Amino acid sequence: MKASVIVFPGSNCDRDAAVALEAATGTPPAMVWHGDAELPNSDLIVLPGGFSYGDYLRSGAMAAHSPVMREVVKRARAGTPVLGICNGFQVLTEAGLLPGVLMRNATLKFICKDVHLRVEREDTLYTRRYAKSEVVTFPIAHKDGSYFADAETLKRLEGEARIAFRYCDRRGQVTPEANPNGSRNNIAGIYNETGTVLGLMPHPERLADPALGGTDGTKMFKSLVESIAA
Amino acid sequence: MKARITITLKPGVLDPQGKAIEGALHALGFGSAGNVRQGKYIEVEVAASDPAQARAEIERMCKELLANTIIENYAYELEAA
Repeated sequence: MKASVIVFPGSNCDRDAAVALEAATGTPPAMVWHGDAELPNSDLIVLPGGFSYGDYLRSGAMAAHSPVMREVVKRARAGTPVLGICNGFQVLTEAGLLPGVLMRNATLKFICKDVHLRVEREDTLYTRRYAKSEVVTFPIAHKDGSYFADAETLKRLEGEARIAFRYCDRRGQVTPEANPNGSRNNIAGIYNETGTVLGLMPHPERLADPALGGTDGTKMFKSLVESIAA
Repeated sequence: MKARITITLKPGVLDPQGKAIEGALHALGFGSAGNVRQGKYIEVEVAASDPAQARAEIERMCKELLANTIIENYAYELEAA
């Protein structure tokens, strides 16, 4: 699997993503600078976490219009899997590849902690190694992670089973108390119409090695390797 | 021409920052302050001297970058730069 990680000025999880990808694929991904108009042939494109362009104006707004993103949007529309983590999720919504928007956390605070997520689908490119409704632990680290979409969009996402992960308690119950940031319907991540583009606020790459305290994220990268090889 | 652009959250979109500002106003003794909503103000100069042309340019800037029309409204005034 040939993966590319897009690096924006202000990205800070690009290397974490690269380490997790290399552990899963055996080869280091291409690191592609945002100013490059050319993107190598890729089986997977990752938009990493961080604070692209200082998150000025709105999180992800400026990065969504950087030169390389024109090519990323084109590839995504042609079916190349694109994974946006944290700031990458914000960039995907601003680029119009995923609906909705990530707003300021309801608490107004930057939240950095491990959270429980319920895997809503086990039949996608990203999740075949997980079980349906499996409860996993991924860290979150964001201030603008409150997922918002209008009622009609939420209904469509729910109806088309496009919710990837929901914030839940340790038993898998999706409750208001388990919602760290005020996201509508406890949404932590969503898919596009074809299930090839995934955006999520939590960081699978940050718990993808026993030395980091957990390996729940590893299965996402292994799922991708298997799906793409299949 | 110069545009003075105001970007505000659409009605119904939660504004926790506005709520925090309202709380601080109350703490300062401004008990009558209510429904505080915060937004952004941006000034942009464009080369066009024809208002219709300037307006068309500013509209595109707002739609493509300055506002996220899922959650925000924008409004602007034009004046000679």
